[in-house]
Amino acid sequence: MNYQFNWSVLWTGESGRWLLSGLITTLELSIVAWLVAAALGIVSGALRTVRFWPLRAAATFYVEFFRNVPLLVWMFFWYFAVPPLLPQGLQDWLLDHGLEFWAAVCALGVYSGARFSEVLRSGIQSIPRTQFEAAMAAGLTTFQAYRHVILPVALRLIIPPGTNESLNLLKNSSVALTISVAELTFQTRQIETYTAKAIEALTAGTLVYLVLCVSIASVMSWVERRTAIPGLIVGGRQRR
Amino acid sequence: MLELDVVWRNLPFLMLQGFLGIGNFVGGTLRLAIPSIVLGFALGIFIGLARLAPQWWIRLPATAYVEFFRGVPLVMVIFWMWFVMPIVLKTAIPEFGVALTAFVVFEAAYLGEIVRAGIQSVPRGQVEAATALGLTGAQGMRHVILPQALKNMIPSLVTQFIVLFKDTSLASIIGFMDLTKAAQVVNNREIRPFPIYLFIAVVYWVCTYSMSRYARYLEKRIGPA
Repeated sequence: MNYQFNWSVLWTGESGRWLLSGLITTLELSIVAWLVAAALGIVSGALRTVRFWPLRAAATFYVEFFRNVPLLVWMFFWYFAVPPLLPQGLQDWLLDHGLEFWAAVCALGVYSGARFSEVLRSGIQSIPRTQFEAAMAAGLTTFQAYRHVILPVALRLIIPPGTNESLNLLKNSSVALTISVAELTFQTRQIETYTAKAIEALTAGTLVYLVLCVSIASVMSWVERRTAIPGLIVGGRQRR
Repeated sequence: MLELDVVWRNLPFLMLQGFLGIGNFVGGTLRLAIPSIVLGFALGIFIGLARLAPQWWIRLPATAYVEFFRGVPLVMVIFWMWFVMPIVLKTAIPEFGVALTAFVVFEAAYLGEIVRAGIQSVPRGQVEAATALGLTGAQGMRHVILPQALKNMIPSLVTQFIVLFKDTSLASIIGFMDLTKAAQVVNNREIRPFPIYLFIAVVYWVCTYSMSRYARYLEKRIGPA
């Protein structure tokens, strides 16, 4: 192996700025997509457990279709296939405001929402049915029972698998480089292109991902302990 | 909107070249997915066993391996292989070799966890029974523990194969002619993204959904692990 290491490419020239802007774009993309995914996941996950079958079927279709197709295909779909179908005004606005970013948000958000949905569904199904019946007996409507009884417990139960899925979302945001969103992996490649120092650039990008994942995982285990309901869930102390 | 003639005209290229890998280009989703899962599982068995080893100097590297690859995006691993393999091996590596190595190395971390969970699901008494029968540790593992563990792992393995199958689409980033790349090629010529991308989405879906039904059926037949 006669590769000349030159780590200084990481702190000379534009590299540092590129990495930072890549990190910021990765975080922006992940956060916006996470909000979309959480909203879709909570609604569809809850709908998959209701008695009324048309709602259940619609939610099942959404989950099974979107999570079983590769994210990369969804990236291309939202980026190339969807925009021409939109009204002209919206198309122009998107072209001026980072079409690729919003396509990536849709792809990542809708795909991850289907995965979140499965996590929430298993969380809801692990709550004893009697909880729902008790809520009914107390005079709550189905919506109120979900809002005040079922979801608050289910959302606490799914913090560990939900964290896992959120980290998957963060890692999956790297697929957005295929539609030229300038996120972390994209910028890592840019450094490689400009400096011809592949190992150094990839090391820097990889370390940023590792640090992000480890810190999110530790923050979430703190959140899990903070939100644990005493006596009901021992999850906070249980190791994943 | 749904001009399916464009799909029909390019069907042989998409399915034969892109999906199966028969044609002028090195490619094929299945040709990449099947060896990846087989080799990844072989490596995963070693990693899963190493994570359960009593010796810390075996356990620690295996744990680090799993934690590292689970904390890094697959796209990053593919680029690592793409740039580093030619430097280390001092020769050009075809896309197939790069993609296969990346998938085997990456998936082995996840498969290793499945193997570990499978082994841990075998009741402790089985280990003791094997020891009581006079089997050595390795013999007990080979003849008593692993056969039972494998049976428990099957549903998770099918699920992981689905994940891997979807992940192979990322090989198109380095130019491997899989189904996704074939769709890109066709779209560059035809500029009809909606029917083309929807069609390959449906092809992927049919494969993954039938596998997930199969996993559910196996889970029911085998019973809770």
